[in-house]
Amino acid sequence: MLKCIQNLGHSALMLAENTGVSFKFLCKIIFKFPRKLNHWYAVIEQIYFLGVLSLVIILISGAFIGMVVALQGYHTLSEFGAQSELSKLIALSVFRELGPVVTALLFAGRAGSALTAEVGLMKVGDQLTSMEVMAVDPISYVAFPRFVAGIITMPLLAILFCATAIYAGYLVSVFWLGIDSGTFLSVMKSGVDFNVDVMQGIKKSFIFGVVASFIAIYQGFHTDNTASGLGRAATKTVVFSSIAILGLDFILTAFMLGG
Amino acid sequence: MVERMQKNKKDSESVPLLEVKNVTFKRDGRYILKNVSFSLHKGNIVAVMGPSGTGKTTLLSLINALIKPDSGKILFKGIDMHELSLKDLYKVRSEIGHMFQNGALFSHLSVFDNVAFPLRENTNLTDDMIRDLVTLKLEAVGLRGVATKMPEQLSGGMARRVALARSTALDPELMLYDEPFTGQDPISSGVLTTSIMKMRDILNLTSIIVTHDLQAVTKVADVVHIIGSGEILASGSVAEILSSTDPAVVQFVSGAADGVIPFHYPTDKTLTQDLIYA
Ligand SMILES: Nc1ncnc2c1ncn2[C@@H]1O[C@H](COP(=O)(O)OP(=O)(O)O)[C@@H](O)[C@H]1O
Ligand SMILES: [Mg+2]
Repeated sequence: MLKCIQNLGHSALMLAENTGVSFKFLCKIIFKFPRKLNHWYAVIEQIYFLGVLSLVIILISGAFIGMVVALQGYHTLSEFGAQSELSKLIALSVFRELGPVVTALLFAGRAGSALTAEVGLMKVGDQLTSMEVMAVDPISYVAFPRFVAGIITMPLLAILFCATAIYAGYLVSVFWLGIDSGTFLSVMKSGVDFNVDVMQGIKKSFIFGVVASFIAIYQGFHTDNTASGLGRAATKTVVFSSIAILGLDFILTAFMLGG
Repeated sequence: MVERMQKNKKDSESVPLLEVKNVTFKRDGRYILKNVSFSLHKGNIVAVMGPSGTGKTTLLSLINALIKPDSGKILFKGIDMHELSLKDLYKVRSEIGHMFQNGALFSHLSVFDNVAFPLRENTNLTDDMIRDLVTLKLEAVGLRGVATKMPEQLSGGMARRVALARSTALDPELMLYDEPFTGQDPISSGVLTTSIMKMRDILNLTSIIVTHDLQAVTKVADVVHIIGSGEILASGSVAEILSSTDPAVVQFVSGAADGVIPFHYPTDKTLTQDLIYA
């Protein structure tokens, strides 16, 4: 019993310590504005790297999600005889929920784990330490460009995801389910408010970008100096990011809709 | 030669370039280094020898302030590096070259870019000047021919030589070498020792070399420190070490497993216990 309480206390302390360490690391990255133009070029390079890495999977998943939502939505809406509202249903669910969330989950699985593996390999091979001895701060050289690139890339990917999903939904609705293409577009246009619905999705996506890239970089920088440490760090990135994204999505949605 | 000895003698009366004072370092409650002290002056070449796992790499990390000692001080030109702010620490570090045991080359950069890295990050030299400097540095380690290769295409010994070129790129005052001769054939090893001596003679470069290579040490080192179990067991010139009757030194020089320096990592079970009751 005593031991149980002791363990609980220990876990709580560890949690507090980890939170503290991560927060300190986050502050370090944010306040490490690069002192050289090169580091800003590195941001562009990283956007390219992260974007290209995730692009294919994002587009394919977007298409499937759009088609599935169209089929499911049609099935449910036809029970109320409201098939004509299908495009509104597709657009709203994609812009507000599926776009940002699924993009973030895919980003964490594809780009996030690759980022952790890349940085973790630098850590394990003493490359980060060798930067320090050459008077180069690994936080501004390695962490900063990747962090900023992740934050910029995520909303861009989410927008591409939404576009693909809606287009795929359009194709299914019009050519398979027989909805008039004019109705589809006009209902969507009147049902979606850019400043509210689309912007909410982009805001979410931006926050997911911060969280997913931070977790990936943090895990990379804190990889154990072993071969198995690298695999564990990549797994942790995917697990922690997914939980964080879904949890945050709930909180953000509650604020955005409930407020 | 005489001139250099006089110069060394004169320098030795002034402030030492590096002073390691009673440094103790623990890891998970275990002593890695215990009360280690030594100092060196400008132009000295000091060899640190000892069995693997005795904390030689740790000692270099402490000297370069990558980790903090539990007690004791390390002074570089009289400055305690562990007390500096990150910015000042980086300024001091640009005067210290540190070659890692495994080379630690950047895997995303070519050999050329690896050597150019410290120059690009820490100086405002033009691309042309950087190209010339890097080419000369690579030429000095005999690897100008691999400039466009990626680090994974190099052998361990070659990677270490590139790392050497990279760590001397900023013309440091103090060089820390972690096992530079490991994985080198006799020719490269000979070239490395000559280049270490040349850099001392021409640039008055100070070096600390961690190594197992007795033959190389006898060629280059002014002073040899032998460490075992985290302590300095013996220090002296190469001649003194070779003729020493100190059991630890004799054991290390002759390579015997039994003696003052334990060959076996400490364990509380006997071999019989491990074999029979496993
Ligand atoms: N990151 C680390 N975590 C825990 N123990 C370590 C670490 N690095 C080194 N050690 C331990 O410290 C001791 C000294 O290591 P090191 O300085 O690398 O030895 P050497 O370079 O002389 O072979 C070894 O016993 C090693 O097990
Ligand atoms: Mg070592």
